[in-house]
Amino acid sequence: MSDSPSITRDDVAHLARLARIDVPPEQLDHYAEQLQVILGAVAQVSEVAAADIPPTSHPLPLVNVFREDVVRPSLSNAEALAGAPSVESERFRVPRILDEE
Amino acid sequence: MGTDLTRLTAAETAAAVAAGEASAVEVAQAHLDRIAAVDERVHAFLHVDTQGALAAAAAVDSARAAGEALSPLAGVPLALKDVMTQRGIPTTCGSRILEGWRPPYDATVTARLKAAGVVILGKTNMDEFAMGSSTEHSAYGPTHNPWDLERIPGGSGGGSAAAVAAFEAPIAIGTDTGGSIRQPAAVTGTVGVKPTYGAVSRYGLVALASSLDQAGPCARTVLDAALLHATIAGHDPLDSTSAPVPVPDVVGAALAGDVRGMRIGVVRELGGEGYQAGVRQRFDEAVTLLTELGAEVVEVSCPHFPYALAAYYLILPSECSSNLAKFDGMRFGLRVGEDDGSPSVEQVMGRTRAAGFGAETVRRIMLGTYALSAGYYDAYYGSAQKVRTLITRDFAAAFEQVDVLVSPTAPTTAFRLGEKLDDPLAMYLNDIATIPANLAGTPGMSLPVGLAPEDGLPVGLQIMAPAMADDRLYRVGAALEAALLGRWGRPILEEAPSL
Repeated sequence: MSDSPSITRDDVAHLARLARIDVPPEQLDHYAEQLQVILGAVAQVSEVAAADIPPTSHPLPLVNVFREDVVRPSLSNAEALAGAPSVESERFRVPRILDEE
Repeated sequence: MGTDLTRLTAAETAAAVAAGEASAVEVAQAHLDRIAAVDERVHAFLHVDTQGALAAAAAVDSARAAGEALSPLAGVPLALKDVMTQRGIPTTCGSRILEGWRPPYDATVTARLKAAGVVILGKTNMDEFAMGSSTEHSAYGPTHNPWDLERIPGGSGGGSAAAVAAFEAPIAIGTDTGGSIRQPAAVTGTVGVKPTYGAVSRYGLVALASSLDQAGPCARTVLDAALLHATIAGHDPLDSTSAPVPVPDVVGAALAGDVRGMRIGVVRELGGEGYQAGVRQRFDEAVTLLTELGAEVVEVSCPHFPYALAAYYLILPSECSSNLAKFDGMRFGLRVGEDDGSPSVEQVMGRTRAAGFGAETVRRIMLGTYALSAGYYDAYYGSAQKVRTLITRDFAAAFEQVDVLVSPTAPTTAFRLGEKLDDPLAMYLNDIATIPANLAGTPGMSLPVGLAPEDGLPVGLQIMAPAMADDRLYRVGAALEAALLGRWGRPILEEAPSL
């Protein structure tokens, strides 16, 4: 595939960072090789994707499905927190979000 | 009752329970015993809910004793794919990242099964988050094909298909994003149906690719699949992509089973090069049989189908990369790497996702991230969406000429465990014939049409119909099934080795 991109280990590291997955450095080359093969194969979509063809994002022509805004039973606080890795004061406890200081 | 209750079809089981010939508890226990006897080797189940199953069965027996009307599947045991939530029951999606998670709510499919008196035996194995064609991408080890334990049961729903093929359950729920119900059905000699997109609620189905995912039935007969289809389908206000239309009469179609006067199209682009000789042979014989049964068979061209696989492997990873972003270790599931000083939330997310996701999931998330990146979006995701339009147009043009389309379901019979595990592209090719229906949102069925002469393994034929015409799958499938049974003298699963 002439227009298929080349994927380097730095590209994989960047993608992994964007996706918030700590891919170990020793696996970067292997993923780069596999992603390049897959992207080379899927790039053939551009052969038939002419400018005048509208895109399809979804098989059903549904838009703006509305319902009445009514109060219904829902999960209790305890149920919603039951699967949480860490809980404090009836809330999800998460690691620090801002830099220190 | 002297008969082996695990050998009955779902329809026979429900009739036996309704008539008082067997209690639902006896039926459930027979299946739990079968699971205990064979599942160590098959590994179809990730979790067996013995207590819950027996309690649900006892409730059916009480309802019958009280003279209440029973639903058509009351007392029938079922295996639930582990991607569907069931309140209080572990739901892993085949992933470490959800190990130990117990959902606080039932999926709509689960709720409808419970309301119908279906007895849920447990949760079945699957490729992680339903990505794969072999169930080898499960974090909990592969499922083995009951026809040959050294071979794959298909995927992603290999657990559900293997459970049905191994007589651990008469029916099961699968989900089909690119063939995950139909391809496992093909390689295990069972029946699997992907309904029209929107026919079955996705509420509580852990999303892989929201515009492609659809739950459906796995069974040993076309009628059983129809009974399960009718039980789970129908509009659901909890799913905004649920289609607000009536469910076609799939049970009536399965009971009618007649192709006389129907026009059936063989898809020229699916079935030539790359398809195993024995698969082609059994498919061709089944097409001849359809002609003998009174159908008019013609060849139909769908010129853009050869691009479906490429489009799918851009659209799926793109949707997957955003859907799986919610598994970040903050509100539920695994969290790792917090005990090292004072790590930031991003560091904990990165460590958690690296520890919780397997290699195939990581590949697809990175592919999707790439395809959606600024600068590449138009060339990849945008072009794939245009191909999706072309595939949909191909179907529309074909269905102006014929009532249904047919093809082999999968290019080969079951391959050996490990054979394609580290060759993603070779693995992806297993879905080459099933993917077009997912892209267009149209329904498809796979049913067994014999064993390939070269390896003695099951071959599946795929039937495809227009959107919301799912009943045509059952009409054609039931006719073909009856004719094949007449030739064989006994169901194909009787040919499988006893476990």
